Amino acid sequence: MRRVAITGAGAICALGRNIDEFAASLREGRSGIGPIESTDMSQIRFQNGAEVRGYRHQPYFDDRRADFMDRFAQFAVIAAREAVAQAGVAWTPELCETAAIVTGSCVGGQSTEDIGFHEVYKLGHNRVHPLTIPKTMANAGASHISMEFGITGPSFTISTACSSAGHAIGQAYWMVRSGMTDLAITGGSEAPFSFGILKAWEAMRVVSPETCRPFSKDRKGMILGEGGGMLVLEPLEAARARGARIHAEIVGFGMSADACHITQPSAEGAARSMRAALRDAALAPEQIGYINAHGTATPANDPTETAAIRSVFGAHADRLAVSSTKSMHGHALGAAAALECLATMLALRDGVLPPTANFTEPDPDCDLDVIPNHARCAQVEYALSNSFAFGGLNAVLALRKAI
Amino acid sequence: MSDELIQRVLKVVATSKRIPLETVTIDKEFQQLGIDSMDAVEILFALENEFDISIPDDDVRSVRNVRQMCAGVEKLVAAKSAGTAASQ
Repeated sequence: MRRVAITGAGAICALGRNIDEFAASLREGRSGIGPIESTDMSQIRFQNGAEVRGYRHQPYFDDRRADFMDRFAQFAVIAAREAVAQAGVAWTPELCETAAIVTGSCVGGQSTEDIGFHEVYKLGHNRVHPLTIPKTMANAGASHISMEFGITGPSFTISTACSSAGHAIGQAYWMVRSGMTDLAITGGSEAPFSFGILKAWEAMRVVSPETCRPFSKDRKGMILGEGGGMLVLEPLEAARARGARIHAEIVGFGMSADACHITQPSAEGAARSMRAALRDAALAPEQIGYINAHGTATPANDPTETAAIRSVFGAHADRLAVSSTKSMHGHALGAAAALECLATMLALRDGVLPPTANFTEPDPDCDLDVIPNHARCAQVEYALSNSFAFGGLNAVLALRKAI
Repeated sequence: MSDELIQRVLKVVATSKRIPLETVTIDKEFQQLGIDSMDAVEILFALENEFDISIPDDDVRSVRNVRQMCAGVEKLVAAKSAGTAASQ
């Protein structure tokens, strides 16, 4: 089996419009959470989110191209462009024919659908815009990336709620590792800030009325986020041979299903996915130095994840650094695992572990070293990135520092 | 608390959770009725519709049994009628 390198990385989210801005915000522990501006919030109980503030499709897309793309698909292409440019990919006809695209998204273009349905249900229009279907489909991100670069190889989208991008990156990793493809563009994107979607989140009563405080005793729930994160994956040897910069390696991927409850997390299921990732990477628990936690800041997730980490790592759990970067970029649903995989990659590459921002008070039920509020300089060789979805579908990626 | 209000709350709980009405009494803990957090969120949604009230998240965090739920609904219904009276 081949080793797999991350040679390109792209990000757009509340923390910045490119990977360098994203990295700088994480290092500074600067939260991108604030009052939601893109939607009228007067009828919604919560007010804050992690938006790409002031986003317009210009200068990224001309008006006609943007007509065909929901905001979530635009984020996918913007992040993919950066990742591909950074990787310095030379597109030969052979590479275009075999390269893979695997994206994740939870709600896809539901914001477009929301507007269309508002027009028929509420405004009494008799027609919905003819682009509603192609803009709404969750695979639109992958499709637009394929058209952007003329990639005609295996391309698809995975939708597993908050784990979507984790499952997508894991699949792409396995495809490159096995020799099925020599290059994959993979990650996720999401843009959930529309009235109907926000109303549905409000009804679940899991969104914080203030900010996102993972692992903190006074945490009050999650904060929704948006954005896109994409990676270029290549076989390590080939990447080295062409002199590409190696940001980090992906060395393992594990999945599990809780088979328990449609919304409540299970420590057992989370632990099984972490063990599966370690097994796939042939790593002992003691080799892991950092975990980018799922860390949603809901009352249920954080103690459950803590218990899962303790069950997998035993005494080593007290020597592990664990943080939730959702405290800064929010919970970007189907893009979350992509942003968090990138945060994990940056932690290994730059030797700076991102903090859990907005942390105020330790919770005895979340008694891990959660890197409160300030980033920490530390050289770590191996790290995990956890994603645990509603529906109990879990995905964990194992990364290694490039050497 | 009025009997009428209690009966309406019990009916909402039984209907949402799809359990026989006679199993739901004011003395029951949610745990005894097998009500988990997602069930609770559904019941709150149904109560908001039944009584035309809005139940803030902060009010529900400590509610663990049917009696507390009835008291909470009573308070919100009273606040609503006071608000209506004041505006008339």
